[in-house]
Amino acid sequence: MKKLMIGNEAIARGAYEAGAKVATAYPGTPSTEITEYISKYDEIYSEWSPNEKVALEVAIGASFGGVRTICAMKHVGLNVAADPLFTCSYTGVNAGLVIVVADDPGMHSSQNEQDSRNYAKAAKLPMLEPSDSQECIDFVKMAFEISEGYDTPVIVKLSTRVSHSQSIVETGPRNEKEIKPFVDDFMKYVMMPAMGRKRHVVVEERMEKLSAYSDEVQINDIQYNDCSIGVITDGIAYQYCREALSESVSYLKLGMVYPLPKEKIASFASKVDKLYIVEELDPFIEEAIAVMGIKGAVGKALFPLCGELSSSIVREKILGTSSLKSSLTPSDIPVRPPVLCPGCPHRGVFYILKKLKMKVIGDIGCYTLGALPPLESMDTCVCMGASVSMTHGIEKARGREFARKVVAVIGDSTFAHSGITGLVDIAYNKGVSTVIILDNSITGMTGHQENPTTGKTIKGEPTACLDLEKLCEALGIKRVRTCDPYETKEFEKIVREETGIEAPSVIIAKRPCALLKTTVIKKPYNVDPEKCKYCKLCLKIGCPSIVDKGDGVVINTALCIGCGLCASLCPFKAISQEDDQ
Amino acid sequence: MKKNISILIVGVGGQGTLLTSRILGDVAMKLGYDVKMSELHGMAQRGGSVVTYVRMGEKVSSPIIEKNSSDVILAFEELEALRWLDYLKEDGILILNTQKIDPMPVIMRKAAYPSDIVEKLKAASDNMVMTDALGIAREIDNIKVVNVVMLGKLAKVLDMEKDIFIEAIRNTVPEKFLLPNLKAFDSGYN
Repeated sequence: MKKLMIGNEAIARGAYEAGAKVATAYPGTPSTEITEYISKYDEIYSEWSPNEKVALEVAIGASFGGVRTICAMKHVGLNVAADPLFTCSYTGVNAGLVIVVADDPGMHSSQNEQDSRNYAKAAKLPMLEPSDSQECIDFVKMAFEISEGYDTPVIVKLSTRVSHSQSIVETGPRNEKEIKPFVDDFMKYVMMPAMGRKRHVVVEERMEKLSAYSDEVQINDIQYNDCSIGVITDGIAYQYCREALSESVSYLKLGMVYPLPKEKIASFASKVDKLYIVEELDPFIEEAIAVMGIKGAVGKALFPLCGELSSSIVREKILGTSSLKSSLTPSDIPVRPPVLCPGCPHRGVFYILKKLKMKVIGDIGCYTLGALPPLESMDTCVCMGASVSMTHGIEKARGREFARKVVAVIGDSTFAHSGITGLVDIAYNKGVSTVIILDNSITGMTGHQENPTTGKTIKGEPTACLDLEKLCEALGIKRVRTCDPYETKEFEKIVREETGIEAPSVIIAKRPCALLKTTVIKKPYNVDPEKCKYCKLCLKIGCPSIVDKGDGVVINTALCIGCGLCASLCPFKAISQEDDQ
Repeated sequence: MKKNISILIVGVGGQGTLLTSRILGDVAMKLGYDVKMSELHGMAQRGGSVVTYVRMGEKVSSPIIEKNSSDVILAFEELEALRWLDYLKEDGILILNTQKIDPMPVIMRKAAYPSDIVEKLKAASDNMVMTDALGIAREIDNIKVVNVVMLGKLAKVLDMEKDIFIEAIRNTVPEKFLLPNLKAFDSGYN
């Protein structure tokens, strides 16, 4: 059947058709929908794991346990999962194991734009890279075959434009697989030094075989047209090249980007007059070709190392033609940055932290938007979980007096992901930091996924709910307090007390995400122009429904969800709900 | 369709551009075209500037529309129309919903909402169609259907068959929201 699918749905479909029985992931844009779609197939057990390392370890266990398994994450998630990744390369698999990683060139929703192809080389694992949704289905199925055929995990690499672009696919039936017997093979599955040394040799032999395979496999596809220009390209960059150059040049489209097909590359290079390497981010293919001794290939000398490519860039750099005219859009038009939603529970937290002039050590989630004006109350953001451990580092660097003005803020899902170990460190190493857990009862930024603190599984079934208070106490934090961040007076008092005391503490700011279906939308508020003194205090909370008119303030009732934060702050009682007037 | 058609849908996160492109994708499939669409999730959805690319025709390679190459820009908001104007082809059609949504710098009076947007758009495009989709949606008593009013306008401007759109809306929109959406399409089309 023909269907339109985003790349992520097609990855899910590929796993289904390949007979996968286990799927694990931690949500992260642009990879999240893969596992959301998989969770709709009852034939596949799926889970949100607390983080990518756990997700990959569960996946390795499932593969050793004898069923085809898929594990998905975003590019920076693979950093978290790197430890099991490098060693499961040595153990190999039992049933097929496919790891999907989605890069984010251009950083539409990420903190860096690392190129995951480097992981394939570093961990010595084969990597396939689809360029549209049909290839997502086909390559995942193929990845399972390679995984079992060569006894190796296989990485399938996506990018935002493949993950989130829709194109037409042909779906097929599910190929149900027998569960393989569990294998007792100490030399293969117990990676102690003596066994690891032997397995490393196996890995190198496997890469030799995969190199030969790469030269045979059809997804490394040579298309000869006019041979005056030849282009070697991969992933979405191939589509940009096709768009810009159509059939006026010859192509070597790499569906398998590691190991590279050396013979095909050498043969293609010898047949074209001018050779271009068109790849996003790092010169991964270009450097490999240079090492092969092929001279004259042009890549990053022309194409940018940073950001996304486009068909315009390809056209301009290779054909020298540019269709760009001078811009019609005035350069000074107002920007429209993303904002915390009306009724967002984080708003109260950042309003108070700014008021108290706190240094805020931030983390990854919706609340990172607290860094933007007018709240402007986040000082750092590095990676998942870093807020907790970095706050401890700042205290150790500058002393306890300085620590009184520093807090960590971290979301519930991010805390479960990798904040807990940082808190263990604070308790164990005599820290006095204050950590604020923003518990909004969901994983927000990626579009509402359940997590260990929500009490529901990926399928919405009730399950054990991580008790944050008890957990923190068990880690050795004696001062744990829970508060609604919209009770701003109480919240401010607690923040003052906990940062003022020389002991480690956790404040759980508990209020559900305003977008949750269970969050009650109340009547919108209005400003009484008679009472309003235009003191602008309500504008400091950065609510998109409160508008500064120059001589007063009005509330956009279409956006207001009646959270009441502005009304609670107004010193003149000028803001009230519609009915009250 | 001999040449590919590229339609850029621009607006503000929350205005329903994604649903519009999904219905449009279904229409393209029904017409037997190849189709590719691209959208952004995550950080871009929190009330920020959003763009969806829709491309259809015999064979589509890139899912992305480049500057100066969009046959149609379907703009859900005035400032966003101005922001994405460079993507319109020389003879391209601009369909504008005359709705203004203040971005955060304007709300905070750090910047002014440009007052001459419609004049600037008119100067740039000979083929501009203006519509008050929000007003029409209000008449239907559902401000959430602005997106489908715009879709109706698009179908009319491109002279595409109405029934295919209606079938696509039935396929895409959940049953309980179907009625206002069908009304919205009709109002936009007529």
